[in-house]
Amino acid sequence: MSGDAHHPAPMSPVEQRVAALEALLTERRLVPEGFVEEITRRYESEIGPMNGAKVVARAWTDPQYKERLLADGTAPIAELGFGGSEGEHMVVVENTPAVHNVIVCTLCSCYPWPTLGLPPAWYKDPPYRARMVREPRAVLAEMGCDLPGDAEIRVWDSSAEVRYLVLPERPPGTEGMTEAELAGLVTRDSMIGVARL
Amino acid sequence: MSRVFRVDGIHDLGGMQGFGAVDHSPSEPVFRGRWEATARALLGIVADAVQASGGEFRHSIERMEPGHYLTSSYYEHWLTGAAALAVEHGLVTRAELEARAGGRFPLSGPAHAEAVTDAGPDVSEPRFAVGDRVRVRDWHPPGHTRCPRYVRGQDGVVVRLDGTHSVPDIEAHSPARRYEPTYSVRFDAARLWHDGQRGVWVHVDLWDSYLEPA
Repeated sequence: MSGDAHHPAPMSPVEQRVAALEALLTERRLVPEGFVEEITRRYESEIGPMNGAKVVARAWTDPQYKERLLADGTAPIAELGFGGSEGEHMVVVENTPAVHNVIVCTLCSCYPWPTLGLPPAWYKDPPYRARMVREPRAVLAEMGCDLPGDAEIRVWDSSAEVRYLVLPERPPGTEGMTEAELAGLVTRDSMIGVARL
Repeated sequence: MSRVFRVDGIHDLGGMQGFGAVDHSPSEPVFRGRWEATARALLGIVADAVQASGGEFRHSIERMEPGHYLTSSYYEHWLTGAAALAVEHGLVTRAELEARAGGRFPLSGPAHAEAVTDAGPDVSEPRFAVGDRVRVRDWHPPGHTRCPRYVRGQDGVVVRLDGTHSVPDIEAHSPARRYEPTYSVRFDAARLWHDGQRGVWVHVDLWDSYLEPA
């Protein structure tokens, strides 16, 4: 938003509508003090893809953890401190040279909040939701995710209560890296499945 | 009064054509302005205040007028759902909202499903096992459902069982609940879209009552 304290930018119509509902609900004492700021703080600094990256790095370095993670994702993810809303039923799907996994929610915006944070705008917008279940090879190529022509693609539409996390392949040449260093390599997009590392 | 038609919701986007490229960015702000965080917070506050189920919460957005849904951003959807639930449950009136906003305040349209008075017995035993072939019911319910249109009438194979969960079609329109198993079902993309693509599998998670033996 442009504008400053002396010349604030005029509110857009949607901002006016948000302000109207916020004011009416505040008058009815339904909006706790600082509620909006608390939501902003949590999703900007505590809950995000840096959490999922730790899960991936642990799986890359601990074969037993990886085995348990792929068998049932929820408890092993909780061991690292990540759980709660939109992470109650986690399934982790593993990429290999022959199989590429990608997640989508065609009906709304389901996404594993505790491990990836809130979904990016493009994940929630119609082109991704409409096309990923119909022509994933083309969409992935457009997004810069090049796959071998014979790679199998598995698309996971999060239409019920499970939320998915993609376990990307560990990049070559990372054998000497620590778990923390490995976590630094893991991107949000690689855990959605629209990028490879 | 405008006529209201019972149609499948605009939110059910899987496979729809003509949307163009994904407007991808590798990273972006969590909220693009305070109003987005506020809209997110308000829908949570309203849903808590009126004790909306997850299904009622989602349906408050799905009932948006289709043109408005497609031309508004994600957090405008949340605002519209929050305001609709707040008006429908008597927390505020539309006149109050429009007076405060200084203009028109579009809300979601009415729900069309009948309230369920008898949800029927819970289903605790899965009817299907991993490897079973199933067919998705081919129907067009007037209210909320989590059965995407693009798999209705299609055959697939069960690949995973996920325990029992409240049926969204019921909880969206009623205080009644029915719990059923959900399954992850694998579909061959070439059979969904009749386009000859190879090696692409689309998995959709579906409640027991959405399925029948194939």
